[in-house]
Amino acid sequence: MSKTKYSAFKVLKEALTGHKGWEPAWRDAEPKADGYDVIIVGGGGHGLATAYYLAKNHGITNIAVLEKGWIGGGNVGRNTTIIRSNYLLPGNEPFYEMSMQLWENLEQDLNYNAMVSQRGIMNLIHSDAQRDAFMRRGNAMLFADAGCEYLNKKEVKERYPFLDMDNARFPIQGALAQPRGGTVRHDAVAWGYARGASDLGVDIIQNCEVTGFNIENGKCLGVQTTKGDIKAGRVGVCVAGSSSRVMAKAGINLPIESHVLQAFVTEGLKPVMDNVITFGAGHFYCSQSDKGGLVFGGDIDAYNTYAQRGNLPVVEDVCSGGMAIMPMVGRVRLLRMWGGIMDMSMDGSPFIDKTDVQELFFNGGWCYGGFKATPASGYCYAHLLATDEPHEVATAFRLDRFRRGEMIDEKGVGAQPNLH
Amino acid sequence: MIINHPLLGPRDSEEFVYLGSADLINRPTNWESEEAAEDFYQYLYIRENIAGDNRELWYHEQGDQSWLVVTRCTLTHEIKSVELAQDVSRAQGRSK
Repeated sequence: MSKTKYSAFKVLKEALTGHKGWEPAWRDAEPKADGYDVIIVGGGGHGLATAYYLAKNHGITNIAVLEKGWIGGGNVGRNTTIIRSNYLLPGNEPFYEMSMQLWENLEQDLNYNAMVSQRGIMNLIHSDAQRDAFMRRGNAMLFADAGCEYLNKKEVKERYPFLDMDNARFPIQGALAQPRGGTVRHDAVAWGYARGASDLGVDIIQNCEVTGFNIENGKCLGVQTTKGDIKAGRVGVCVAGSSSRVMAKAGINLPIESHVLQAFVTEGLKPVMDNVITFGAGHFYCSQSDKGGLVFGGDIDAYNTYAQRGNLPVVEDVCSGGMAIMPMVGRVRLLRMWGGIMDMSMDGSPFIDKTDVQELFFNGGWCYGGFKATPASGYCYAHLLATDEPHEVATAFRLDRFRRGEMIDEKGVGAQPNLH
Repeated sequence: MIINHPLLGPRDSEEFVYLGSADLINRPTNWESEEAAEDFYQYLYIRENIAGDNRELWYHEQGDQSWLVVTRCTLTHEIKSVELAQDVSRAQGRSK
C-alpha cells in the first residue's frame, strides 16, 4: 500500500476534490502460508506498537499481529486516556519517563494525529505525611528527568477554585504536579501504530483468535488459530486482560489475577478543567475531554472477573470520591460507564520477559497503568524480541522476580492484587 | 452481588472483603522441606485465574466475621454455592 502522508495541505486538497483520494489507513491481511519471523498475539496498543518498533528499529518486517476481534477493541479503547511518568521506584520510573518522551514525539513519528495533549497532571495532597511521600516521589521524578513541581494550597486554589479546599475530612493542602502529563486520544494510538506498522510491511490479521500454541521439545513453533495453524520463528504474547487464559494454553500459570476497572464519562460541560486532577485521599482521577465530558475513574471492583462490567457499589464509591474534592459535579449527569479487564500482578508492576518455553515471550500484568506505557512497552518488547536482551529501562520487569524477592511494589501492599 | 451466607442468609457482597482464590486455604505445611521455598512461591504468587467457576475466599467483615468459600462464575458474576471455609478446610483434612 502506498503511504499517504497526512498534512493540512492534504486535508485541504481532499476537501477541494471531493475526498476521493483517501485510502484505508492500514491493510487488512490474511495469514501467509509459510508463516512469519515474529507473531504478535494481540492487536491492542501494546501489540501494534511492538510490531511497529520491531519493523522500524530492528528491520524485522515479516511480522503478523493476530487479533481475536478488531484492533483497538480491548483496553486501549477502554481507558481514561491519561499519560504521566510520576512513579517512585527505580524499576519503574525510567521506563515510564521513556514512554513519556515517546508520547511527546509520537505524532511526528507516526504522521498521525493522536491528539497528545500535555495539559498536566496534578495529584492532590491532603496531609503532612502525604506531602512528605509526594516530595519523595517528586525527587525520584527529578532524578529521572521527568520534571515535577510542588503547588501550595494557594496556588492550587487559584488554578481550580471549584476544588473543596477546606473539606472537613480531606482538606487540600497542596499538590504534586507533572506539567508534561496529560491525555491522548486513545483509539488514535491503536490506529496510528497500525498504520505505521502496516506501511512497514506488517500483516494485521483481525478476527483471528489464537486457540493454542504448537510447542515441541519446549520450543514454540507457531500458533493454532481460528484461521488455521501459523508458523512463527518467535511468538510474543501481548493480550492484557486475557493473559492468564492465553498463557494457560502454553501450560504457563502467571502471577496475575483479572479484575474489572470501571470508567465513566459525564454529559458535556463548558471548559472547566484544563488538567488531569487526582484525589490523594481516596481513589479518583478526572480530566475533561475535548467534547466537554468529564472522564473519570477510581478503584477496581476488587474481585476476580473476566466480565467487562462492574457493579454499582464501586460506582457509588468513585462518585463519592469526586464529590469529596469537587462538589460542583453533584448535579452533572453520568452519560456512560464501562469496564475493562486488568491484569493485576502480584506487586502492581508489569512483565516484559521470556518464558520457560523457548521462542515464546510474554508482555502483560499492566494492572491499570497500561495505556500510558503503550509506546515504551512496544519499544522495549520489540527490543527483547529482536535482540534476546531486555531494554535497559525494562530490566526489572521479569516474570521470576517474585521467586528472587525483587518485587517492584510502588504501594508496598504485598501480594494482594486487588489492592494495587 | 448477593452472597447467600450459610448461617445468616442472603447478604450484600459489600459487607464482605475479598481475599482471592480458595487455594489460599492450602498453605504449605512443611516449611522445613527441601521444596518449601518453591511451594511457598507457588502458593503466594502464582494464580490459576480461572475464567469460569472460581472458588474464592470472602470474609464477612461487617457481619459475623466468618470466612466463606464462594463458588462464583467470573464471566457472569453468578454465585453458584457458598460454604463455610471452616467446613471446606476440615473436609480437606486440615485442623481448622
